[in-house]
Amino acid sequence: MASDMAHELALDVAQLRVMRGRQEVLRSLTFEVARGELVGLLGPSGSGKSTLMRTLLGVQRITSGTARALGERVGAPSLRRRIGYMAQGSAIYPDLTVLENLTYFSGILGLDQAQARRAMDIVDLNLHAHRLVTSLSGGERSRVSLAVALLGEPPLLILDEPTVGLDPVLREDLWSTFSRVTEEGTAVLVSSHVMDEAARCGRLLLIREGRLLFDDTPAALLARTGARGYDEAFVRLIKGAP
Amino acid sequence: MLTVRRILQQLRHDPRTVGLLLVVPSALVGLLAWSLVNRPGDFATLGPRLLGVFPLTVMFLVTSVTTLRERTNGTLERLLTMPLAKAEFILGYAGAFALVAIAQSILVSALSYTWFGLAHQGIPWRESGVALCAGLLGTAFGLALSALATTEFQAVQFMPAFILPQLLLCGLMVPLGQLPATLRYVADVLPMTAAVHAITSSQTDLYYFEQFAIMIVYIVAALVVGSATLRRRTK
Ligand SMILES: Nc1ncnc2c1ncn2[C@@H]1O[C@H](COP(=O)(O)OP(=O)(O)OP(=O)(O)O)[C@@H](O)[C@H]1O
Ligand SMILES: [Mg+2]
Repeated sequence: MASDMAHELALDVAQLRVMRGRQEVLRSLTFEVARGELVGLLGPSGSGKSTLMRTLLGVQRITSGTARALGERVGAPSLRRRIGYMAQGSAIYPDLTVLENLTYFSGILGLDQAQARRAMDIVDLNLHAHRLVTSLSGGERSRVSLAVALLGEPPLLILDEPTVGLDPVLREDLWSTFSRVTEEGTAVLVSSHVMDEAARCGRLLLIREGRLLFDDTPAALLARTGARGYDEAFVRLIKGAP
Repeated sequence: MLTVRRILQQLRHDPRTVGLLLVVPSALVGLLAWSLVNRPGDFATLGPRLLGVFPLTVMFLVTSVTTLRERTNGTLERLLTMPLAKAEFILGYAGAFALVAIAQSILVSALSYTWFGLAHQGIPWRESGVALCAGLLGTAFGLALSALATTEFQAVQFMPAFILPQLLLCGLMVPLGQLPATLRYVADVLPMTAAVHAITSSQTDLYYFEQFAIMIVYIVAALVVGSATLRRRTK
């Protein structure tokens, strides 16, 4: 399915502005994401990463500019089964078991139980299938939330800090999962605070106060800032830019 | 109905809440029966009327808190990014809590007619009908009003604001005929008054029909308002 629409961009954002209350949270953002790209969205706390992601899902009102996903205006009903979304904060039912959560959401997406089990498998939660979410650790909860986003193998994944609270082994597993799905043509937009994860992305978008500061490969980030590591590069770019 | 099943699963994992939903109304009716033991006629008139008051109050509280939780913990936003029909969500809540309201009323009536010594007066289906409608009224208004609350604390505060005035005016405290004219007009069209009227004995079929009609109009209107509060896009 992905291949016959390969010419289509996964995301196409032009001069996007978003106001929340009086505050201009996104200021004239322009960028594109192609099918099969793994793009990291980085920026200091409060820079607008979550707001951008919610806008791309169509749940945040746009003040001006345009945002299209998979060839359609964001928020179009046909996109509702084609974008997997993991919000910051888990957005699952704490008083249901892992499997009950996944079964409910897959039912809403029109998928069967086998798909729910598959998603559970990808995030390695099989052993906890019948445990209540309240009894899980923070990292386990965020894996349940990630599994919901992966349901039905959507062609676009928008993941808000999916690796928060995970140990290095699990983080490595998840980034391998992201790389694998992009090889199948899925576009993935991931926000993160862990700069070392930037190296796993094909491209980085760096925002500060709602403005796009940088849009290029991780190698280009190091080259441009002359930094040795990503943490240093991030700090130089955030502090140095006018 | 996926959502009905999901809500019932949530309740199943929370036996304490289910226990409270079932035990508290029964215990209150029992307490009333006991307190009126020396005034035999009074329980016969008051007891059945509470069948309309409990489901409305309890379901209102439970629904407003649970849906508010969905609004604040992100599950509602997530569902709205999925192909979820708003009716699926709204009717899911209405369906699940209607079942709870029926279970609650069966237990309360069964205990009233046996242990608490209430004499049969109406037809059982009317009592179940009232309990069901009153439960749906509570759920529907809970869904609609939870949109106005931003914290669970506020949602709980809606209970006295929404329920107590109706309780004062539904005829249990002051007979409707003795209310000042203006209040009488208001009381006549309140949902809880209709629930209490629908359960009182020896009236005409047309009278009962009117009371049920009032309740159903409120249920539908509140469900429509509730579904309008499910916004896919926020500011
Ligand atoms: N509900 C809201 N109403 C008004 N303003 C908000 C709201 N939520 C966030 N904001 C503002 O929007 C700006 C961007 O917030 P956003 O959550 O998008 O940041 P973020 O980059 O995701 O931060 P973090 O890394 O901490 O998650 C912040 O300045 C914040 O104050
Ligand atoms: Mg954020």
